[in-house]
Amino acid sequence: MSLHNLDNLYRQTIMAYAQHPHHYKPMLGTEGYHIQKYNPTCGDVIDLAFNMVDDRVTDIHFYGDGCAISKASASMMTDLVVGKNRDQMMQLVDQFSKMARGEASDVKSLGEAQVLAGVTKFPTRIKCATLAWHALDELLSVEK
Amino acid sequence: MKTIKHDFPILDQTVNGQELLYFDSAATSQKPQYVIDSLVDYYQNNNANVHRGIYELSERATRQYEQARDKVQKFIHAQKREEVLFTRGTTESLNWLASTYGVENVKQGDEILISYMEHHSNIVPWQQLAQRVGAHLKYIALNDDGTLNIADVKRKITDKTKIVSITHASNVLGVINPIKTIAKIAHDYGAIMIADGAQSAPHMNIDVQDMDVDFFAFSGHKMLGPTGIGVLYGKHDILEKMQPAQFGGEMIELVDLQEATFQPSPWRFEAGTPNIAGAIALGAAIDYLTKIGMTEVEKYEQSLVADVLPKLKKISGITIYGPQNSEQHSGVIAFNLAGVHAHDLATALDQEGIEVRAGHHCAQPLMKYLNIAATVRISLYIYNTHEEIDRFIGVLEEIKEYFNREFA
Ligand SMILES: Cc1ncc(COP(=O)(O)O)c(C=O)c1O
Repeated sequence: MSLHNLDNLYRQTIMAYAQHPHHYKPMLGTEGYHIQKYNPTCGDVIDLAFNMVDDRVTDIHFYGDGCAISKASASMMTDLVVGKNRDQMMQLVDQFSKMARGEASDVKSLGEAQVLAGVTKFPTRIKCATLAWHALDELLSVEK
Repeated sequence: MKTIKHDFPILDQTVNGQELLYFDSAATSQKPQYVIDSLVDYYQNNNANVHRGIYELSERATRQYEQARDKVQKFIHAQKREEVLFTRGTTESLNWLASTYGVENVKQGDEILISYMEHHSNIVPWQQLAQRVGAHLKYIALNDDGTLNIADVKRKITDKTKIVSITHASNVLGVINPIKTIAKIAHDYGAIMIADGAQSAPHMNIDVQDMDVDFFAFSGHKMLGPTGIGVLYGKHDILEKMQPAQFGGEMIELVDLQEATFQPSPWRFEAGTPNIAGAIALGAAIDYLTKIGMTEVEKYEQSLVADVLPKLKKISGITIYGPQNSEQHSGVIAFNLAGVHAHDLATALDQEGIEVRAGHHCAQPLMKYLNIAATVRISLYIYNTHEEIDRFIGVLEEIKEYFNREFA
């Protein structure tokens, strides 16, 4: 059995985040920023929302049914960006995208999310890892 | 049935270091050497355009292409060979119908009746048609076990219903629908009956006359044939009155500066150079299936289902969608394992060389109706074996262990 291959993807931390996701709660409808993003290959839907106060993110949260990878990734991302400003978040999104593509990146800046680097060995799952980040990217590129 | 796995060269390989186990035939089937050879033979020995050359090669290509039509006719028990149109596949067949028959016959306020278990290709073309002409698209409900609610057919159908289009076999629920019964109801109300045969033609005897369908659509690639070839069967009388979806070479008779006359069917529907090699290879796939016999195909697949379904159900935490007893379930089995998302499970199986589908299976309205986001799906075919089922069940149990143990 080669189930240990799976350890490359499903690290303990990832499963912990997936099973007990941080900032996981339904949308209120009153958030300043909200987006629903869709993964067409699997049908998973994620909602991501936050407020900006003095150019800093507050009250970030996400919701939706997703696989372990997408939930863990969203969970780690929300942890990471709390209190960050727009430019800092754009930086992080950029670094994460690079890491997921297997390109050189400043993984240290990604904190816990760097364990998701294993996804590069599972090409069919890269979209799961990047879904939340794409959602954030899209929210940030809409000027407010 | 004797084991025929060795007829399929692709199955003799390893994936992620494990022997390949292909359980995704509902998406597309693998091809036996016999079908691959027919493609090679065509291109190596007989390639020419059809219906135009005055020379030997073209005559040969044309004969083989038209022989393929005869094979399809026999395979689905059509009354006339002219009722068999070659298309790119089920999706194109259904789109042709929506854009030709649909546009000509469905008017504002009319109704089109489909069901909640349809594949997107039997939903979206009708949505587009309904939007275009101002018609209503209505959905037949399902029973708790995933079977079609026939009483609801009778509730939803009205004198305004012009088209009833239902899948013959579900690509998610493992349900076979009683098309003959539904066709009778449709005809009583003056509607035509279309059956989506993408998941039935590969697996069972098809008799379009007995079912009394007006149209029947299916894809070659799901029944051992190549991609890019499919069939639209249509009743002769209706085809005679129907406009072609496309125009150009091959389908015309005489072309003037401002107008043209067309060939009789089926040729006036097949504009341009068709997928000649594909049609011939589909003919070869039909030869191969017919040699085994569709009754035998059905019986063997049923034995696989009778083997795998109870074993799956025994694993705690498994939910199976559709009918729960194997006599009522086809070789398409969608399920979920509690605590493990379908995608994660499919990745884990892939690591063991077991190829399955995970996701919405191109049936988002069905998933919404069942209130699930995604499922794993295995789909079996004649080259799968009882040994493979045992291996699959064993691996599944280990994966369950893995996710429980490592991350409890
Ligand atoms: C029930 C059903 N209908 C239609 C289709 C579409 O077939 P194709 O993609 O070959 O056109 C499929 C294929 O997945 C199917 O399962």
